[in-house]
Amino acid sequence: MQYMKPQTAAEVSDILARSEGAARILGGGTDLLVQLRSGMIEPETIVDIKHLSGIADITAEDGGLRIGAAVSGQKLGEHEGACAMWPGVVEACELIGSTQVQGRCTMVGNLCNGSPAADSVPAMIAAGAVVRIEGPDGPRDCAVEDIPVSPGKTSLGKGEFVSSVFLPARPKGAADAYLRFIPRTEMDIAVASAAVNIELAEDRTIKSARIALGAVGPKVVLVPDAADAIIGSKLEDPAIAALVRACEAACNPIDDKRGTAEFRTTVAGVLAKRAARIAMTRAGENA
Amino acid sequence: MKNIHVSTTINGDDAEFVCAPEETLLDALRNRLGLSGAKEGCGTGDCGACTVEMDGRLVCSCLVLGAEVQDAQIKTVEGMAIGEALHPLQQAFIDHAALQCGICTPGILVAAKTLLERNPDPSDTEIRYWLAGNLCRCTGYDKIIKAVQIAAADMRGA
Ligand SMILES: Cc1cc2nc3c(=O)[nH]c(=O)nc-3n(C[C@H](O)[C@H](O)[C@H](O)COP(=O)(O)OP(=O)(O)OC[C@H]3O[C@@H](n4cnc5c(N)ncnc54)[C@H](O)[C@@H]3O)c2cc1C
Ligand code: FES
Ligand code: FES
Repeated sequence: MQYMKPQTAAEVSDILARSEGAARILGGGTDLLVQLRSGMIEPETIVDIKHLSGIADITAEDGGLRIGAAVSGQKLGEHEGACAMWPGVVEACELIGSTQVQGRCTMVGNLCNGSPAADSVPAMIAAGAVVRIEGPDGPRDCAVEDIPVSPGKTSLGKGEFVSSVFLPARPKGAADAYLRFIPRTEMDIAVASAAVNIELAEDRTIKSARIALGAVGPKVVLVPDAADAIIGSKLEDPAIAALVRACEAACNPIDDKRGTAEFRTTVAGVLAKRAARIAMTRAGENA
Repeated sequence: MKNIHVSTTINGDDAEFVCAPEETLLDALRNRLGLSGAKEGCGTGDCGACTVEMDGRLVCSCLVLGAEVQDAQIKTVEGMAIGEALHPLQQAFIDHAALQCGICTPGILVAAKTLLERNPDPSDTEIRYWLAGNLCRCTGYDKIIKAVQIAAADMRGA
């Protein structure tokens, strides 16, 4: 195995393209090192991207925020602008692991690891986040929901990697929230999770919404039917009931010792309902 | 397999070592530098026994490659006492029986020190959440939380 620390995106993509799948990007390493040590993967080359310029920066852009691929969970949580603008994304990210894991883990690593239970991914999808992908043909942008394909698989092409995530600007009267269910209070993988992002109209009805569910299928899913169920409402009971039905209908979970398919489906609906209420309250507060 | 030469700063002193590309910081500390304070419990980021500080952030040294610490500032439990004088956390752990076998202790001390630097007066809940990545099999957590509170009060001059 060799360890490389390229200085430019072009070098990274060149190494990735030349090594025919035998190279792995190293972000925070909190998934990669576990996989290396368990022998799950045996890459020829480890490509540490933390030496690219700007890769660990959070910068304002078009009223939103560009978050470099090497920004740790802890660093994101310390950014007041991010906490104020996208509280749901920050809270999702801060649920990842322990303080020690938070010191290293990244949203992009969480996304590219391809786990359906990855905590930051539903929140990024609900936020309408877009990743910047660098590759042999130069940069391109892609919606977060189009990155995961199936457990452990992403849609990134040969020689491609993610250099940053863009969280768009948001109007007044908008907010997001993320909730997950785990059997304990800390350090566990979501059995089901839900992220809700809403924007209120002048009259305080919901003008637009995005809802995403995690851990209830082979990849994190955006559920447009659930968003449609609450658009135009003030989150009264019938709208909530329709949201829960739409979420349950979108679930296709596995059955395992941590939760039966039936349980995961029910919990996903409950979490979406609660997250919607939190997002609604937050949106009202900053209207 | 090509060995990598790494220059870094550990507990304020310049340090150099040579390691294999897949070698972790934990292995480099213990086997190359003779710093055996950080312990290997799980090797997968779950137990926190290998906790060190890297550029001001807590990390599991079992999840960091040795090669990644080029030009970094590393702090380990070995840097906590000043000469013969124990850090208030170390003294409180001894005085209040916050350890038994001691395998978890170095990681908890490093983690608690970082917490108190950021928050000199944490609540029990804040301590519990901060230390949630540090597992202890023998003491149980109550004595540890109490020792951290006592050291924090001592450091605030209370
Ligand atoms: C103790 C512990 C607890 C955890 N708890 C949680 C939890 O509660 N919730 C949760 O969601 N996860 C959890 N995780 C998993 C892990 O911490 C997260 O998935 C984390 O966000 C991964 O980020 P990273 O930067 O460390 O990724 P890395 O390990 O660096 O990378 C992960 C994968 O993505 C690829 N990759 C990384 N960066 C890029 C990039 N820029 N472009 C393309 N590919 C890339 C890597 O090659 C690798 O395959 C936990 C892990 C540990 C060890
Ligand atoms: S040995 Fe590193 S966390 Fe357990
Ligand atoms: S004292 Fe033995 S593991 Fe904590």
